[in-house]
Amino acid sequence: MAHQSTTLAAPVGAKTHLHAQADTSYQRYALVLMAAAFVLLPLAVYPVFLMKVMCFALFACAFNLLIGFGGLLSFGHAMFLGTAGYASAHAAKVWGLTPELAIVFGTGCSALLGWVTGLLAIRRQGIYFAMITLALAQMVFFFYLQTPFTHGEDGIQGVPRGKLFGVIDLNDPLAMYALVFVVFFGGFLLIWRIVHSPFGQVLKAIRENEPRATSLGYDTDRYKLVAYILSGTLAGLAGATKALVFQLASLTDVYWTMSGEVVLMTLVGGLGTLFGPVVGAAVIITMQNYLAQIGAWVTIVQGAIFVLCVLAFRRGIVGEIAQLLRKPL
Amino acid sequence: MEIFGIPTVALFGQLLIGLINGSFYALLSLGLAVIFGLLNIINFAHGALYMLGAFTAYLLLAKLGIGYWWSLILAPIVVGAIGMIIERTMLAKLYKLDHLYGLLLTFGLALIIQGLFRNWFGSSGEPYPIPSALTGSQNLGFMFLPNYRAWVIVASVVVCLGTWFMIERTRLGAYLRAATENPQLVQAFGINVPRMITLTYGFGVALAGFGGVMAAPIYQVSPQMGEHLIIVVFAVVVIGGMGSILGSIVTGFGLGLIEGLTKVFYPEASNTVIFVIMAIVLLIKPAGLFGTQK
Repeated sequence: MAHQSTTLAAPVGAKTHLHAQADTSYQRYALVLMAAAFVLLPLAVYPVFLMKVMCFALFACAFNLLIGFGGLLSFGHAMFLGTAGYASAHAAKVWGLTPELAIVFGTGCSALLGWVTGLLAIRRQGIYFAMITLALAQMVFFFYLQTPFTHGEDGIQGVPRGKLFGVIDLNDPLAMYALVFVVFFGGFLLIWRIVHSPFGQVLKAIRENEPRATSLGYDTDRYKLVAYILSGTLAGLAGATKALVFQLASLTDVYWTMSGEVVLMTLVGGLGTLFGPVVGAAVIITMQNYLAQIGAWVTIVQGAIFVLCVLAFRRGIVGEIAQLLRKPL
Repeated sequence: MEIFGIPTVALFGQLLIGLINGSFYALLSLGLAVIFGLLNIINFAHGALYMLGAFTAYLLLAKLGIGYWWSLILAPIVVGAIGMIIERTMLAKLYKLDHLYGLLLTFGLALIIQGLFRNWFGSSGEPYPIPSALTGSQNLGFMFLPNYRAWVIVASVVVCLGTWFMIERTRLGAYLRAATENPQLVQAFGINVPRMITLTYGFGVALAGFGGVMAAPIYQVSPQMGEHLIIVVFAVVVIGGMGSILGSIVTGFGLGLIEGLTKVFYPEASNTVIFVIMAIVLLIKPAGLFGTQK
């Protein structure tokens, strides 16, 4: 137990895991609550803002799948968000693909990128893994900076939302909102399923004690690679959807600051919790909205939150709540 | 005169720039390696502290009229002192946790430091004059060598080798290496290991501050000067592996040269060549050229 409490994932799991495995009741309540919130909130809150929150929530959940359940800290997840964004924007605008095909194409590109970079990154662990993913993402950034189809600093602008399946016009805000909602919930439920599956259990075993998992006969590299690809693919799904929502794919989404932001969202919400990244994304996006007027202070505030979270608030918001309830969330 | 169809002036000019960049890669990756050896954390704030070194020199000149040579001593002391405060007040609380928390904390610190300076100075950058003793250049026959650039290369080689000598050949270095292997045992022998950790972190970031002062007259002093550099230095560290002090020095200079050559022969790839080399090294020797897999 002493060893467990030192791992990066939320220590909640270590303390509650005796009665945690089957007890997903609170998680079910939370899921219903979350669904109700995203259905009802558009009545009170600007829908585009909520769509942004959902895109980033999915992005953060995908990131959390890797760090929270696999123990691998990626500092380059922006490369998946940005790649899928560029690919789907290009497919929708230049090739004239329908939105669902554009999203599938963008997500597929991120999956491919995840496979290639994953083969390299999983060769080292811990701190090295973080540095390698950061460096690979910077390489991807320079590729997009120089290659002509991304239009450099301008980005791909005016991406048409088009008609879903050739029928439903996504320029209708309600239809767009419904699509983002379905994508976000589909992604979230998939992650839920992965976490609670035998695969997810092996992943957690590798996080806690990799040599032990190896000695039990698991090919840990394979599990880590699959987790990495899944995480990258889902991050790509978020990026492709985001490009359609904002009708824009730009360098911001591939830059290292974006990789840092997703780490921050997950940390604030709660590493290794299912709902933490969603809460964290909502908090950080809201904060950015309110702080947008004061420009560079956003960076300083984000840095300060990083420091505070690491020093005094390592469980994150949802992690603290789960600790109070003594149930996993 | 031409080599491979490239004018020698251009070739040697780029090689010189490569060596200059290599000097900074070596200084920074050396500091990272020294810190990592004892603290087991990767200092993400290293680029920001390098920038802080450059700004300290700039402010000393602009506000107090203190010139380059004094800055070369004072700025690393200032940066080192700030580093020691960071270590005592924050990093020291994280040693019992997963080492990744140290990375996250220093990442946050980097955002704060860079954000503060961007608020203060904007992102345009400030010029810093070359010290009068080092203006001008030498005609080497095949190229002109600016005196200041020659000085940067010589100074960083001397500082790097001095650091290597101190760690590998002195009693203090022996304590340090012993504490890297087994801190509990060294503590049991009556060495104050926590103080040693503080001083080591201070020394590591002072190297970054020193690099910042040397960079000030070459690049503009700007808040984002350390941002991209730190990511490249991370790749350098992955390529070299952090097992050996001499290894990180050699890797730093070597990769600077390779980057310079790439600028001559295939400029499009000059931004990414180090990352590509990192990928190749990971495939062939995952522990890095001079590293040992733990």
